[in-house]
Amino acid sequence: MTCLHLLLTLVFAVSLGTPVEIQRPRGVPLTKKQFYEESKPFTCLDGSRTIPFDRVNDDYCDCKDGSDEPGTAACPNGSFHCTNAGYRPMFIPSSRINDGICDCCDTTDEYNSGAKCENTCKELGRKEREVLQKMAEITKEGFLLKQQLIEEAKKGQQEKQSKVTDMQENKKQLDEKVEALRTVKETAEQPEKEAKERHLKAWEEQKAAIRLEKDKAKMAETFLELDDNADGFVSVSELQSHAELDPDADGTLTEIEAQGLMGGAEQVDTSTFESVWPKIKDKYHSEVSREEADISCLEPAPVETPPDEVKEPVVDNDSEPYPEDDISEEEDEDDEDEDDYHEDDDKVSAQPTIKTPEKTHEDEEAMPPYDADTQALIDAAQKARDDFEEAEKALREMDDQIRNIEKELSFDFGPDAEFTYLYSQCYELTTSEYIYRLCPFNRVSQKPKYGGSETNLGTWGSWSGPENNKYLLMKYEQGTGCWQGPNRSTTVKLTCGKETVVTSTSEPSRCEYLMEFTTPAVCQEPANIDPSPHDHVEL
Amino acid sequence: MAVISIERMGLLSVVCVSLFFSSTFAVDRGNFKTCDQSAFCKRQRALKPGQSPYRALLETLELSDSRLTLQLINDNNKVHLLLELYRLQGNMTRVKINELKPLKPRFEVPDVLIAEPPTEPLSVLSKDDNGVVLSLGAENQRLIVSARPFRLDIMEGPEVLLSLNSRGLLAFEHLRLHKDTQAQADGAEVKESVDGDQQQDEGKKDEDGESEKEEDGLWEETFKSHTDTKPNGPTSISLDFSLPGVEHVYGIPEHADDLKLKTTDGGDPYRLYNLDVFQYELYNPMALYGSIPVMLAHNTQRTMGIFWLNAAETWVDISSNTAGKTVFGKMLDFVQGSSEKPQTDVRWISESGIIDVFIMLGPKPSKVFSQYASLTGTQSFPPLASLGYHQCRWNYNDQEDVKSVDQGFDQHDIPYDFIWLDIEHADGKRYFTWDPHKFPQPKEMLQGLMDKRRKMVSIVDPHIRVDSGYKIHNEITSKDFYVKNKDGKNYEGWCWPGNSGYPDFTKPEMRAWWASMFAYDQYEGSMENLFTWNDMNEPSVFNGPEVTMHKDALHGKWEHRDIHNIYGLYVQMATAEGQIQRSGGVERPFVLTRAFFAGSQRYGAVWTGDNAAEWDHLKISIPMCLSLGLVGVSFCGADVGGFFKNPSTELLVRWYQTGAYQPFFRAHAHLDTTRREPWLFGPENTALIREVIRQRYALLPYWYQLFYQAHKTGMPVMRPLWVDYPKDTATFTIDDEFLIGSDLLVHPVTEEGSRGVTAYLPGAEEVWYDVHTFQKHNGAQNLYIPVTLSSIPVFQRGGSIIPRKDRVRRSSTCMENDPYTLYVALSPKKFAEGELYIDDGHSFNYDTKKEFIHRSLTFANNALTSSNLCPDCNFLTSSWIEKVLILGASKPSKVLLKMDGKETPVDFEFDTSMSVLTLRKPGMNAGADWTLLLQ
Repeated sequence: MTCLHLLLTLVFAVSLGTPVEIQRPRGVPLTKKQFYEESKPFTCLDGSRTIPFDRVNDDYCDCKDGSDEPGTAACPNGSFHCTNAGYRPMFIPSSRINDGICDCCDTTDEYNSGAKCENTCKELGRKEREVLQKMAEITKEGFLLKQQLIEEAKKGQQEKQSKVTDMQENKKQLDEKVEALRTVKETAEQPEKEAKERHLKAWEEQKAAIRLEKDKAKMAETFLELDDNADGFVSVSELQSHAELDPDADGTLTEIEAQGLMGGAEQVDTSTFESVWPKIKDKYHSEVSREEADISCLEPAPVETPPDEVKEPVVDNDSEPYPEDDISEEEDEDDEDEDDYHEDDDKVSAQPTIKTPEKTHEDEEAMPPYDADTQALIDAAQKARDDFEEAEKALREMDDQIRNIEKELSFDFGPDAEFTYLYSQCYELTTSEYIYRLCPFNRVSQKPKYGGSETNLGTWGSWSGPENNKYLLMKYEQGTGCWQGPNRSTTVKLTCGKETVVTSTSEPSRCEYLMEFTTPAVCQEPANIDPSPHDHVEL
Repeated sequence: MAVISIERMGLLSVVCVSLFFSSTFAVDRGNFKTCDQSAFCKRQRALKPGQSPYRALLETLELSDSRLTLQLINDNNKVHLLLELYRLQGNMTRVKINELKPLKPRFEVPDVLIAEPPTEPLSVLSKDDNGVVLSLGAENQRLIVSARPFRLDIMEGPEVLLSLNSRGLLAFEHLRLHKDTQAQADGAEVKESVDGDQQQDEGKKDEDGESEKEEDGLWEETFKSHTDTKPNGPTSISLDFSLPGVEHVYGIPEHADDLKLKTTDGGDPYRLYNLDVFQYELYNPMALYGSIPVMLAHNTQRTMGIFWLNAAETWVDISSNTAGKTVFGKMLDFVQGSSEKPQTDVRWISESGIIDVFIMLGPKPSKVFSQYASLTGTQSFPPLASLGYHQCRWNYNDQEDVKSVDQGFDQHDIPYDFIWLDIEHADGKRYFTWDPHKFPQPKEMLQGLMDKRRKMVSIVDPHIRVDSGYKIHNEITSKDFYVKNKDGKNYEGWCWPGNSGYPDFTKPEMRAWWASMFAYDQYEGSMENLFTWNDMNEPSVFNGPEVTMHKDALHGKWEHRDIHNIYGLYVQMATAEGQIQRSGGVERPFVLTRAFFAGSQRYGAVWTGDNAAEWDHLKISIPMCLSLGLVGVSFCGADVGGFFKNPSTELLVRWYQTGAYQPFFRAHAHLDTTRREPWLFGPENTALIREVIRQRYALLPYWYQLFYQAHKTGMPVMRPLWVDYPKDTATFTIDDEFLIGSDLLVHPVTEEGSRGVTAYLPGAEEVWYDVHTFQKHNGAQNLYIPVTLSSIPVFQRGGSIIPRKDRVRRSSTCMENDPYTLYVALSPKKFAEGELYIDDGHSFNYDTKKEFIHRSLTFANNALTSSNLCPDCNFLTSSWIEKVLILGASKPSKVLLKMDGKETPVDFEFDTSMSVLTLRKPGMNAGADWTLLLQ
């Protein structure tokens, strides 16, 4: 068997059609030819032992490092060099020599397996050159685009930076303005408050006086009503005709009870009736009409009691069994929802306080309008308030703007800020089933093409490329949870391209997505490309 | 749109089913019956040992050359049974009991026995009123039939080897008319209950009358929401066996339990009922995907087997008089000369059919294996490539994914032979089709693999999507091949595709049609390097009782109840036949099945189903495969890495190390797990996994030869230690290490964070060589082996010769013509022997044309000789012997190769520290006669 193996082989470089002979053992690269000298014993390249040269490529592994069998499959850790003239040379593991599979395009790995290999190096070389050329073009153009992006980003960044600086300056002024207006407001509010209080007090006093008048009139009226015989006295029996005055509420007003009401007297005149009146006025039913009796009732009408608890907004999300929703995501949702609910709370609980005064006003005599002085004070204070609020709002808005810009500035948009242009953009890819959406530095999502809700495939996490260039991969994490699985996450692989597009998506592992994305931002400066690096024969 | 909505429904059903089970990781036991919830088991188990109501009517005895028949009568109900006894060639006895005159025929399991077992003459030695003594021929073996009560004893000399009905638990529920109709039809036979009932129970039951019977579930039974209509009423059967002197019984897979069977007193019996158990639990007797009703009994003197040929739901009770005793207690018995002999009692209970038992009398383990093989056949001889490494996942997403995984193996220089596609590859789970978006060019993909000399497996499950646009469904419908429900309509149930029909694989015409579907022009996109995986063939029915088919479904005239456990066997049988046919009978098939029955070994490989990425699941893979090996199924493996959940890197590495030394070596993972191709865990772990897969490939010649042996003799490939050391009681319960053949002892590391394992090296006469260091250890010792993450404790037995191919390549096919290295491990007497088997690795030519090389390798008297074990065989190989390592050798002065009458010197090296002699490049052809002389 072994005799089939040639110790030394001739390597033919056929690209020029003229065989060029280079004598060296099979599978040895030119760079190592010097170690394989036919005339001398061979020392394993790791120096572990020296063997007669006829044991090189004799299809038996003598060296631990496999260096004695560069051209056979004898050593488990050996490697075979193919020249691949017309393409590029490569090393393959020795185990691929004569395994029936063509690995080297120059067919040299299958010299004794019966495999029918064709020399495809020329073709491969041509294709590779085409690809390289295309790549080079793309890289070149992409790199130019990248330069523009960098410039724009720098400009944009500077603009933003100076905008922030300006805004911060403005903000200072605004701060001061707000403080000044606050003082103005507070100054205006003090006299307003005092004037209002004065007005209110005067009105209260006026109301009390009126009430007293009314009571007296009512008392006199009642006296006349009770004094049936118009003798100027109200007697026990006259009082007894008003059963509603019964103090023990047994339905009858007995003589003794009536007498009790009258302070023990048999009868009372108008002046002594003054002491009886307070005891009966609440229960007394006028004989004339009810309305008149009710006039005295100055108690505010019972206010519609605001519900003790505002009914909790529907929090069904918690109880609904969505197996696909992961807990943490629900928590997120809850947070958002809770904010909403607070707003709702405010709205709901505000209603009764508005309602209450309205209702009382109906039953009450309206407060007389403010006098001109007071009104003037109020108007002045209101204006101060409005001014202050407006200024405060402007300040808040400015804060938001500053924060947004600062947030944007805080992102790592690459060493030259070349990824800046992706910020607040979204890119879509439609597949047979889904529409995928990548919003760089924000989130990745997936939506069924034919209706259905969107699924979060992850929110911006970090750059996670290899150490030497972390800007080749983006990681989006903590998307919607998978049932019995992890939260969805997406890795975005960035490659150089003239256009900014999502080129493919896949789900290599359940709930772990992979998105391919081209952008000029990762195009490297093109090296001086030799369009045909291995066209010539290795000599 | 219709398609989409069906799609959705399918998806929904999957979600529902998943929810229906449990969201936490554990089996939902409530979905599966206990003995108490299975009416016949409860009924039968309520019978207590005692006086049997059965009596042998000796006057009815008839003896022909090959069989003895005798009637039995149940004195309680006067029903007559017919007992048939056969003495079978090869030291076996067959006992059949059926009703003498059943109302209609009872089911007898076809297609399991490879042929009607050849008989030997029986002769009556003596006969009187109490019984008959028959001669079983050899070794003074007798069979004693006792008349009152009926009982059988098999004796050898003065020893009782095994007794039947010794505890009086024979119970045969005869077919009867339902009481409603019975009252009119036959007033005389009102008093019916379990036939085996004892007198006192009988009386009580009669009084309770109808209502109690209905409660007993005689004519109807409900489990969860499913009602089993039981039109035939009670039909169960039971028989007990006593094994005097036996403390160790094995077999009756499939259970996720220890190798040595436990006693079942106080718990459920071991259950045999093929079920799709979601997230199965370990160390219990619950039924799993497959059933092989074969039990082995072993002691230092003898190994025997009981084969209970019944395909209905079966429960096996085991009790032992020594079970409760501690080791000390047993010693005390021994010292005090306790008269009580250890004994194991076994009781089999099946829901329908007849009693048909084969008693395999051994006496050696190897003899029991060949006896069982003579009944049901041997392990199919697999294509060599299928012994390589299989890469599987639910699911490789598309052609691109397949290609990149394939390239991943080359990039990381890891060999593999098969890549697998799970259910998502098919178009809407319509098997025999390809998803047009994900796998638009299956042939292109297969050709790509073929160019790398690799292969693929696609899944073909037996549930067929009910869809009038699906060719397979339409043909089965038009040929009327579907299983029927109790009302005679096509049975439908939910499975992966949604609503599905189940082909009636019990029909030979159906199987023939199914086989024809694998023809290259029928299975579009298939090629000769595409093989098959039959999953879900219990059958799994998501919305059926216990996730399987209703027992009152109909297979022709038989109920599903009768045939349940053999359904899966038929699916694999038909599929394997299809693969053979597509090649014109030339190529060996490769089919993996989840469900199995006695005889399934003839059709391919099995795996232990949907396990989990847990250390205990790694551990249990050993006893589970050992148990299967004992009952004929050698080609067994567990999902490497664990199917459910994500394994830790350590667990994954340890699983590869274990799986590489188990017969069927496939990594598999659930859809919800993260990717786990071998190179995804950092270069160090990639290197560890690469190393162990390479070890597997280097040993392929040995594995292949062992499978040839298993195919020829029935010897299991992966074996418990006691099989080779039957007298060494220390080996009887070992199931954390095992033998591959006789010559390799493996003790995988199955503990998390392990720093060492203690391996038992059997055999007082033996020495064992560490295969990695060649260090020699004496046998009959517990050896502590310190381990690191790279350690796989494996030992080669002194006295053996193992051929390896140490040039590991991309796939086994690439290694076809590579040279061999012989590992000669010398015994203390400086002797060793082994075999070398070579053929083309894939065709039946080894069988049909005797195209193989089978050589005996012997080292004796300082000479290693290769001699031909098959002189009339013809096969040429270009493989040669590149190296010979002799472990435990002393340094020779000279080594000579004697071949073709010539002597040539051979170079050698000697390593004094480990006493290893390496012969350099002797160079003879692997098929040649030669001798190497050490001088």
